[in-house]
Amino acid sequence: MQQTYVQPEFRVKIDYDKCHKCGRCVQQCGWGVYDFNERPLPHDEKCRACHRCVTYCPAHCITIEKNTLAFRDNDNWSADARKAVWRQADTGGVLLTSMGNPRPYERIFDKLVLDACQVTNPSIDPLREPMELRTFLGRKPDSVAVEMDGKGGYRLAEGAGMKNNVELAVPLIFGPMSYGSVSLNVHRSLALAAERLGILMNTGEGGLHEDLYPYQDNVIVQVASGRFGVTPELLQRGAAIEIKIGQGAKPGIGGHLPGEKVDREVSATRMIPQGSDAISPAPHHDIYSIEDLRQLIFALKEASGYKTVGVKIAAVHNVAAIASGIVRAGADYIYLDGFRGGTGAAPAVVRDHIGIPVEIAIAAVDQRLRDEGIRNQASIIAAGSIRSSADMAKAIALGADVVAIGTAALLSLGCHLCQSCHTGNCSWGITTQKPELTRRIDPEWGAARLTNLVNAWSHELQEILGALGVNAVESLRGSRERLRAIGLGEQTCRILGVKPAGM
Amino acid sequence: MTDVRHATPVGVTEGYRRISPKVTRDGDIALIDATGVYYEQLNAAVRGAIADGATTVRIEGVNGQRYIGAGIRAPGVRIEAYGTAGNDSAMFADGAEIHVFGNAQDGIGNTMSSGRVVVHGDAGDVLGYGMRGGRILVKGDVGYRVGIHMKAFEKDVPVVVCGGKARDFFGEYMAGGVLVLLGMETQFPEQPLVGGFVGTGMHGGVIYLRGAVEAWQCGGEVGVSTATAEDLASLRPHVEEWAGAFDADADEILAGPFTRLAPMSHRPYGKLYASL
Repeated sequence: MQQTYVQPEFRVKIDYDKCHKCGRCVQQCGWGVYDFNERPLPHDEKCRACHRCVTYCPAHCITIEKNTLAFRDNDNWSADARKAVWRQADTGGVLLTSMGNPRPYERIFDKLVLDACQVTNPSIDPLREPMELRTFLGRKPDSVAVEMDGKGGYRLAEGAGMKNNVELAVPLIFGPMSYGSVSLNVHRSLALAAERLGILMNTGEGGLHEDLYPYQDNVIVQVASGRFGVTPELLQRGAAIEIKIGQGAKPGIGGHLPGEKVDREVSATRMIPQGSDAISPAPHHDIYSIEDLRQLIFALKEASGYKTVGVKIAAVHNVAAIASGIVRAGADYIYLDGFRGGTGAAPAVVRDHIGIPVEIAIAAVDQRLRDEGIRNQASIIAAGSIRSSADMAKAIALGADVVAIGTAALLSLGCHLCQSCHTGNCSWGITTQKPELTRRIDPEWGAARLTNLVNAWSHELQEILGALGVNAVESLRGSRERLRAIGLGEQTCRILGVKPAGM
Repeated sequence: MTDVRHATPVGVTEGYRRISPKVTRDGDIALIDATGVYYEQLNAAVRGAIADGATTVRIEGVNGQRYIGAGIRAPGVRIEAYGTAGNDSAMFADGAEIHVFGNAQDGIGNTMSSGRVVVHGDAGDVLGYGMRGGRILVKGDVGYRVGIHMKAFEKDVPVVVCGGKARDFFGEYMAGGVLVLLGMETQFPEQPLVGGFVGTGMHGGVIYLRGAVEAWQCGGEVGVSTATAEDLASLRPHVEEWAGAFDADADEILAGPFTRLAPMSHRPYGKLYASL
């Protein structure tokens, strides 16, 4: 075989003086980095810097370093750009990668700061006073009507309350990740955690494995263009139904689960033959217009007894107008996925160059729906990427009802963002179907870690709300006056509806 | 106050009235007069009749109402629609036998799971999209994008037999099942049997066309061959079922000639990518 010009990205260094020669690194690595001949011998070119071997080495004698091979300086032709050309010249292939857009585009969340009470309008101590994080996913009534309750008091009039809303204990849910892209133990962990936290997990487009039926009240089931595993039973089981139009990591293109990841259980859940590619076409072939979308939304409602039906789209240029159409089509929520959102596999060119930041999308959509007087008709879920409780609070202040996390959830299960999900060799047992790897995640352990993460963020969100002097997360929603921008351009500030700091 | 779900401009009744239709019972048969009734109330009445033990639900005066029989999980139940069945009728159907005595609009049998749909007329676009079980028989012509992304799993093998002609994208992205086009009962004798892009992206299942197809009409992922005696033997039960439903002679139909289209790979895009 001809020599590739792409040199290993990392150097695996072993301190052989400390090494126990136990071979655990060989066993832990899903990438086949190590040979063993009296001592472990690494093949640098296979290393993905996922740190599985580093974490489980009993002697702490492994370290992974960047291969700092010098290139002649060229700001225009970065080392990565040169390597991409060499790889494509080697293979003729579309470069496939995973997880969210890693490029140094401006991170708007990092240029927004929150307000706090000082002197007047005192802050609230969430440790001593009630602090409501509960929220509801779904359509809210256009107006509130009351009627006499016959006992001298009043009650909400019949039909004036919230119908088919899904209650969430915290304004955070787990984003869609399909069984197939992630392992069943990941799905079990997410479902178990969602149930304990009073929130939702989302099946993604791969159907609902029957092991998750006991958690169905905490599950959003997804309908994507491939319609994998979509049966009346699935629709009747989910707490809500989501039509997936787009994904932040790959707006405008379909999904494609490679045949290697379609094992027996995945094939049974998706209802396709084992080993065959699971191809989700780019469009839904029954949706070519807002009217068609409405037709599918109401088909799902008819088939499910009028459950909450949401629509997930990638944040793209005309997101506000698109969202308006989606709400008018009858969606009960809109899921906005920004261009930092993760994926189990996407062409790098699409992931890195298509779509807009979710911060912009939230503000633009929230404002458009308010201007049109239809904001109450749908909740907004924001995702891609929410990295902390601060991002969550800022997203809500920009106008989101709820945020969704995918990457952060996987990080809590051990993901190190090595961006290699598409290979199916995840050493952490997350994005793989190999039994020797998937068993590395115990659902109870996974659920405990996810629960810890969400509880920690919830406490932090309560602290933020207390500092802002409000006692319910719904008081923060769309409250852009409580945000200020540092170092954002005037035009961006105007779109976000946020003043610069000092004003 | 009215139902808040429909209190906005999008919720107008599209020319139908939101009233419960008249339902009469005759033994196991429920008779529903759909004249001018909105789909939501009509379908609620159909579900109600099945829940009340009707084994045949006969709907008269159907005029474009959507979702007839959609999402109904009712093996052994027969639904008869007289008139023109609207978009997405029999969508997610799971077990029932649904007859349309008239023409059917778009999306019939969309994402269907099981059961049987018989259209005693023509059907529109996207027939059988994403279908993963059950059978659809159409007497006459069908529109664009028919049988797109049909799939199969173990014993669930969907079958669609269309008696007339079809437009573009027949069997596109097909991942499983059997899709048959006879070209016999057609309003368009001068038109080609099928449009272009037949089986584009196909990676499972099989398509049989009664007649010939030009290379330019087919997607690059399909292999085209003349059906062999063995192929015809596997096709026979489907043709017999169609012939039985529409009083035709199966042997005459099978006298053929038939063209068989099958994918060259179940992983058509396996070599498209390089890992980063």
